Amino acid sequence: MADERFDVIVVGAGPAGTAAAYTIAKAGLKVALIERGEFPGAKNIFGGVLYRKQLEDLIPEFWKEAPLERTIIEQRLWVLGEDNTFQVAFRDGRFQDPPNCWTGLRVKFDQWFASKAEQAGAVPIYETVVTELLRDVHRVVGVRTDRVDGDLYANIVIIADGVNSLLGKSLMVHREWNPDQVSLAVKEVISLPKQTIQDRFNLEDNEGCTIELIGQMSKMAGLGFLYTNKDTLSLGVGVMVSDLQKKRVKPYEVLDSIKRHPMISRLIQGGEVKEYSGHLIPEGGFDSIPPLAGDGWMICGDAAQMVNAVHREGTNLAVTSGRLAGETAIAAHLRGDFSFGTLDDYNTAIRASFVHKDLKKYRGVHSLLGFGDSEKLFDKLPESLNEAIYQMLLVDGVPKKDKQKMAMRLLRDAAGGNLDLLRLGIKGWRAMNG
Amino acid sequence: MSQSIEEKLYLIRYKADDQSHLTIRNQDVCLNCTSKECNFFCPADVYEWDAEGHVTTVAYENCIECGTCRLACPASNIEWVYPKGGHGITYRFG
Repeated sequence: MADERFDVIVVGAGPAGTAAAYTIAKAGLKVALIERGEFPGAKNIFGGVLYRKQLEDLIPEFWKEAPLERTIIEQRLWVLGEDNTFQVAFRDGRFQDPPNCWTGLRVKFDQWFASKAEQAGAVPIYETVVTELLRDVHRVVGVRTDRVDGDLYANIVIIADGVNSLLGKSLMVHREWNPDQVSLAVKEVISLPKQTIQDRFNLEDNEGCTIELIGQMSKMAGLGFLYTNKDTLSLGVGVMVSDLQKKRVKPYEVLDSIKRHPMISRLIQGGEVKEYSGHLIPEGGFDSIPPLAGDGWMICGDAAQMVNAVHREGTNLAVTSGRLAGETAIAAHLRGDFSFGTLDDYNTAIRASFVHKDLKKYRGVHSLLGFGDSEKLFDKLPESLNEAIYQMLLVDGVPKKDKQKMAMRLLRDAAGGNLDLLRLGIKGWRAMNG
Repeated sequence: MSQSIEEKLYLIRYKADDQSHLTIRNQDVCLNCTSKECNFFCPADVYEWDAEGHVTTVAYENCIECGTCRLACPASNIEWVYPKGGHGITYRFG
């Protein structure tokens, strides 16, 4: 493959890279899609939600052929105490038609999505690691792979190599991520008969539900999830790497402790664990986004920290960033200019999109999850909230006014006093409202 | 339904390279490391302190390629690259 030339090389066949390769191939440009796994998706996991809108912009009515699990019609949030649970949920039939989002499994989905890019004309180069970017002074002119004679040249390289982005790091567009900018998620796929899942989660046919979990998890700052697939459940937990370092708890033990929670254990009972997996999630948010383009290169998806942790959205941000990078590459090709001056249009397009706007809105959330506050938010407050509700609902002759006082005292003490409760409230409000 | 980590990892298909993609840069750094955090934060128990041999052992065949150790080793003493193309883990569900 020596001296082979492409218009564009895309590194990484996840949702961002594949969206870019698909967009570029459809425009008739010569594009290579490089993936280090045996096939696209081989190395990829996520919590499990795929959204319609951003993928539909690329492939209309894709859901009629894509491998998807269940259409999510109900979303639940559970605040876990040690052996109690405060629950909120929202269900709406309108989420079914047109579908708003689905649960999914990435090995199937990413393979399907990449096959669409291949059909559009992208050249698949799988089982190949890009070891470095080839540069001509400042300009990126190609990639070096771990194949024999493995140098490939292109006018533009789109970097979509995922959260670890060794290529982004080599460009020095970002410093190494700090341990508080990433979370480690560990997940299990647990199989159960289809009917059992539907009965336990109050679902019919292809309806699905998601449960986000917050609270008691070996006292770690993290969020858990339990999603319904066709005949499996995806159960996982994400913990901030900085917290893992400090607490000296093994990540899979945090997951095991969730599995033992009385509200969770009855839902997964009798199931068979089919797969254990782990992956980093970029959760640094808005302030961690690196420069997005330079001479001969653009960067997309997880590699550019494009994850909205508050709404657990990621693949949709990845797809949109890949599409916008692809469109910028096409415009650059027509103009015959691959310098930063032209590729910076990708940056402008991101800024005009929901990707930039949503991440900006929640830019304060990251610091809210810092040590100290995270303990309150994930451990003490959930525990106190559950206790306060227990006391309010318990009919034991104590006057309601006294109960209300006790409930407020519980929450105040959990936050560390009146002022701290107020501060946490204001900080939380600001974090959520940009 | 709780399993040991060995049982969990057994569910993943591995194609191990004959060479490790993970390298301890300097074993003396591990010897002087008091916290040995890598013995805890790795989701696949790749790192273990061998008290007799005074080395951190690296079971790279178990690595699930998440990158946690790359960021979390307090001394940045772990050299981390991807396994060779087509090697390492292959998930069945994802």
